[in-house]
Amino acid sequence: MRLDAMYQEIILDHYRNPHHKGLREPFDAESHHVNPTCGDEITLRVLLKPADKESDGSAAIADISYDSMGCSISQASASVMADLLIGKTVDEAMAILDEFTALMQSKGQGEPDEDVLQDAVAFAGVSKYPARVKCALLAWMAWKDATAKSLATQRQEEAV
Amino acid sequence: MTRELDVETIRADFPILSRTVRNERPLVYLDSGATSQKPRQVLDAEREFYERYNAAVHRGAHQLAEEATDAYEAARATIAAFVGAPADEVVFTKNATEAINLVAYAMSNAVTAGEGFSRFAVKPGDEIVVTEMEHHANLVPWQELCRRTGATLRWFGVTDEGRLDLSNLDDLINERTKLVALIHQSNVLGTVNPVQLIAERAHAVGALVLVDGAQSVPHMPVNVTELGVDFLVFSGHKMCGPNGIGVLWGRRELLCAMPPFITGGSMIGTVHMEHSTWADPPQRFEAGVPMAPQAVGLAAACDYLNSIGMDAIAAHEHALVEYALKHIGSIEGVRIVGPADAEARGGAVSFTVDGIHPHDVGQVLDDLGVAVRVGHHCAWPLHRRFEAVATTRASFYLYNSFADVDALAEGIREAQRFFGVARS
Repeated sequence: MRLDAMYQEIILDHYRNPHHKGLREPFDAESHHVNPTCGDEITLRVLLKPADKESDGSAAIADISYDSMGCSISQASASVMADLLIGKTVDEAMAILDEFTALMQSKGQGEPDEDVLQDAVAFAGVSKYPARVKCALLAWMAWKDATAKSLATQRQEEAV
Repeated sequence: MTRELDVETIRADFPILSRTVRNERPLVYLDSGATSQKPRQVLDAEREFYERYNAAVHRGAHQLAEEATDAYEAARATIAAFVGAPADEVVFTKNATEAINLVAYAMSNAVTAGEGFSRFAVKPGDEIVVTEMEHHANLVPWQELCRRTGATLRWFGVTDEGRLDLSNLDDLINERTKLVALIHQSNVLGTVNPVQLIAERAHAVGALVLVDGAQSVPHMPVNVTELGVDFLVFSGHKMCGPNGIGVLWGRRELLCAMPPFITGGSMIGTVHMEHSTWADPPQRFEAGVPMAPQAVGLAAACDYLNSIGMDAIAAHEHALVEYALKHIGSIEGVRIVGPADAEARGGAVSFTVDGIHPHDVGQVLDDLGVAVRVGHHCAWPLHRRFEAVATTRASFYLYNSFADVDALAEGIREAQRFFGVARS
């Protein structure tokens, strides 16, 4: 059955037992994203650690937490993303986001880099269903947005 | 006594219904509330127009232009008769959404359109009344009208059973009410609203009534005189007709008193460099070269539906809904969002399945060849009212069979097995 290609065990596991779910303090930026076609929602917080010598000039992701409601794909995607990105630098995470976005837009033809995407390769099957791609990207877009806000705030503070 | 529909014969008229989807599964199409499929008779009529009469209507004096114009205006008469209206009270629009916007914009344009149009002008203190079960198409244009004019938007609530709460009818519709806009048959709940009752109250206080018939005109006999309203809108593509055509029916004297919405060619009386005057309705509201082939296709759809009989179609859908409420509603973990009985209820059955998001239910159904709608179905406030992020909706039409409902029920059980929420 084709369904198994989409609903990989790893996705169903994250859906049933999501990681990092529940909003946490401290955080330095929050974003709220909604999928207008189905009403699924996520509120996501990030906590960044300013760039230092060890992090190659890029801020590091100290924490990601979220509260969300939605389908199995959107929930699992948030969980996998938080696992994957916490501890990375923002530059590394942006590269992972690009890789994941490219995979989602591949219409089932993508050849994901498992070293980069790790568990997120499980979403390859989703890319065959254009209507579900937004579900898989919801949390990632919320993270990108929250991170941009956090970086903008940091820059403002540095400027003062 | 209406005759039973011969579903097999009807299905043979719809080429798409014999195709397969996802792993060679026969298509079970339960998404007619979103758009209906088209019979060969409609496709042939549109094609014939292009092959024999194609020309820009209401322009030019050559033979093709005459024949195309005749075909277009004959289509208008057929479509008007389908809802019991005279031809000159029917305006063609892109779809029902545009028809609603046409009225909403006419009402704000009237503020600056001069004395002849002041009857339609909306101002601060005026009230527009809608319902909590509106499709966004019959909600957002009124929100925007109120925002532009300073008028106030009010609405009927919805009961737990999925019916309109009419307990504050006399308060909601009062002497400040300018217009009441309501859906005839809910695209989510299936509820058929008591339009006549509401129209009586509205008219008693001098308010106008606009009915969104996008989900009723395709599925039941609708007669504008019997409904007793002022405006009725519907879409061609939901009633076996082509995409890209919708209808605004309005009482003649009202259409005559309304300023235009979209301006341009062929909606004018005279044009000077400084100013212009308007043509009489319906041309006043049909700027640009109109969708004549689609009008001809929609007229063919009306003929097709009449040949089967709207009474018979309504009775068939009623039987399908009763069957679905029984066989879907009885699955453990399934909650029907909408009236639990088939009384005053049309062929849309929305539901939630405990423990499975509607997107995931829809995905499993799709894998089995069953096409349903998932999401909020452009009725977000209504979903909020029922504390549902989204629902799965099956919607029926004349070509659906009891076996289609069985396939849906089996698909829901399969989803429960797949996601491990089956209780047995």
